Amino acid sequence: MNSKLLGVFKKTKSENRAALIAYVPAGFPTVLKSIELIKVLVANGADIVEIGFPYSDPLMDGPTIQAAVEIALQNGTKSADVLKVVEATSQTGAATLVMSYWNPIAKFGVEKFASELAKHGGIGVITPDLTPEEATSWIQSTNRHAIDRVFLVAPSSSDVRIKSVTAATTGFVYAASLMGVTGVKSAVSQTAADLVARTRQATDLPVCVGLGVSTQTQAREIAKYADGVIVGSAFIHLILSNPVFEQGLEAVAHLTRDLAQGVKRI
Amino acid sequence: MSTSVDPTTGHFGEYGGRFVPEALVAALDQLENAYLDASKDPVFQTELADLQRDYNGRPTPITEAKRFSEHAGGAQILLKREDLNHTGSHKINNVLGQALLTKRMGKKRVIAETGAGQHGVATATAAALMDLECIIYMGEEDTKRQALNVARMQLLGAEVVPVTTGSKTLKDAINEAMRDWVTNVESTHYLLGTVAGPHPFPTMVRDFHRIIGDEAREQMLRDFGFLPTAVAACVGGGSNAIGLFTAFMDDDVLLYGFEAGGDGIETGRHAATLTGGTPGILHGTRSYLLQDEDGQTIESHSISAGLDYPGVGPEHAWLKDSNRATYLPITDTQAMDAMALLARTEGILAAIETAHGLAGALELGKKLGPTASILINCSGRGDKDVVTAAKWFNLPTGDSN
Repeated sequence: MNSKLLGVFKKTKSENRAALIAYVPAGFPTVLKSIELIKVLVANGADIVEIGFPYSDPLMDGPTIQAAVEIALQNGTKSADVLKVVEATSQTGAATLVMSYWNPIAKFGVEKFASELAKHGGIGVITPDLTPEEATSWIQSTNRHAIDRVFLVAPSSSDVRIKSVTAATTGFVYAASLMGVTGVKSAVSQTAADLVARTRQATDLPVCVGLGVSTQTQAREIAKYADGVIVGSAFIHLILSNPVFEQGLEAVAHLTRDLAQGVKRI
Repeated sequence: MSTSVDPTTGHFGEYGGRFVPEALVAALDQLENAYLDASKDPVFQTELADLQRDYNGRPTPITEAKRFSEHAGGAQILLKREDLNHTGSHKINNVLGQALLTKRMGKKRVIAETGAGQHGVATATAAALMDLECIIYMGEEDTKRQALNVARMQLLGAEVVPVTTGSKTLKDAINEAMRDWVTNVESTHYLLGTVAGPHPFPTMVRDFHRIIGDEAREQMLRDFGFLPTAVAACVGGGSNAIGLFTAFMDDDVLLYGFEAGGDGIETGRHAATLTGGTPGILHGTRSYLLQDEDGQTIESHSISAGLDYPGVGPEHAWLKDSNRATYLPITDTQAMDAMALLARTEGILAAIETAHGLAGALELGKKLGPTASILINCSGRGDKDVVTAAKWFNLPTGDSN
């Protein structure tokens, strides 16, 4: 399969850096403002944008993303809005992914979601509560529409499982840096480096690290061994904690530039 | 007819399975293996059977509700008295099994969700008995309407964490328990209280509860000389119902589940997942659920905290689609009337959850007629519901409002 994501990692590798991957839920704080937020992220150095499909029961997310998603849902964000944000994001030139719990996709229709995503310029989907065992129809539909499907590996995954999960993955492998939910953590443990090393034994796919990453120092550390650094809660926290949206955007721009410096392997 | 559960993947037809973060897969595999080992280990089986007898008080009797029967079209109404278990409901059957498994896996901490508090109380009880650290997640709304059970759990040494997200009820307590589990999975067992959740929970919890039906079937044949026309139970997640149904699956016995119809299905304010829901994925399993057109969970409504859940166990979804079991909604009003009727005719104060099964049996009896006999799972006692019931019936509650 022709993976569009692999092209992104080819480029970042040639520039001797890791990719910066930013997560924003569609519709946070509103549909239009989430598009503005994404434009700021891309303009300041995000290579890949993960657009969250807001979901009522986000059991892999900590308080920050839970709060953002609740705002998005209260604002009435629907599946059509998610696709609208995908389209606007892809027009910025950034590689555009959706991150979604499985039920919204299952309800939308597995084949229809892959097809609509491709039509709106999306190139991949991260599914945090879907493992390859339950993904037979998803694998067929993503293949049919040339959508990359990103599965996760965790510190608790055995080597045998890492082998089978990565065999079903395309684009890149999402390595969860720690056992837990999303949120800002003061340090990313050695666990992440160990997991990436174990994953590299199983696959040649790029490996990106997420969960708990918020600072330039953490990004620099992870960029030494991973192909991409995934940041979400830190951006959302800046928007939530700034009463004026434009000030939040400025803070996000600043952090994005910091992180974009951090992912360079000097 | 037997269930088409695939033992390796936990699928009941198109339902069930395992929709979880990768981080939990290893723990679910470990649990599945520990359970399979234990079910073949006579030492484990003996230890559990001893606890069921000496600690829990099993077997529970079958009581014939003669005066109550007069209101059920003359059909014979029989109650399987799970309310007489230690801690006051069927929940302890499963909890004792899983607590023993927790020790077998070398884990020292258990977490659990609770709605009405019955599963939380049972878990806190087993944790005290087996010296396990115990954290109970309970929706803030439920901590208010089931305050008695919160105090019971605390007396038993458990920490009760009120959950303030979402609808502040059972669904959100499960989300929070899952977040705890994914963070502390190495030291912690998630002692799930119903036949939902990811594989192996639906089959394992069913197996720990099938003692209800196994006993009842034997008691029927021994003491009455026949099998009932129908067996019936309330259904939230569905653990007490499946525990009763399983033994009668291959018999010529009707299976009836009664869901929480809240203010009535037509009002949209209910928790009748199988009646008013559609297939989807929630809390790690594929089953029926209350959801909107985007797959967002719709908040459920019921006077009964234990049935106030927008999902249901996957085996029930399969039993519904295959027409082996019938599921019908019971409104808050019907349930409360049945609770009062049983209290006044039989001197048994049942839980509001259980009262949904009682109300359903009243209707079913009128339909099946005086030759029928209906065995109801009297799944829990109603002490915890006295304040709610007193308010409902405008009785003095002791507080100023």
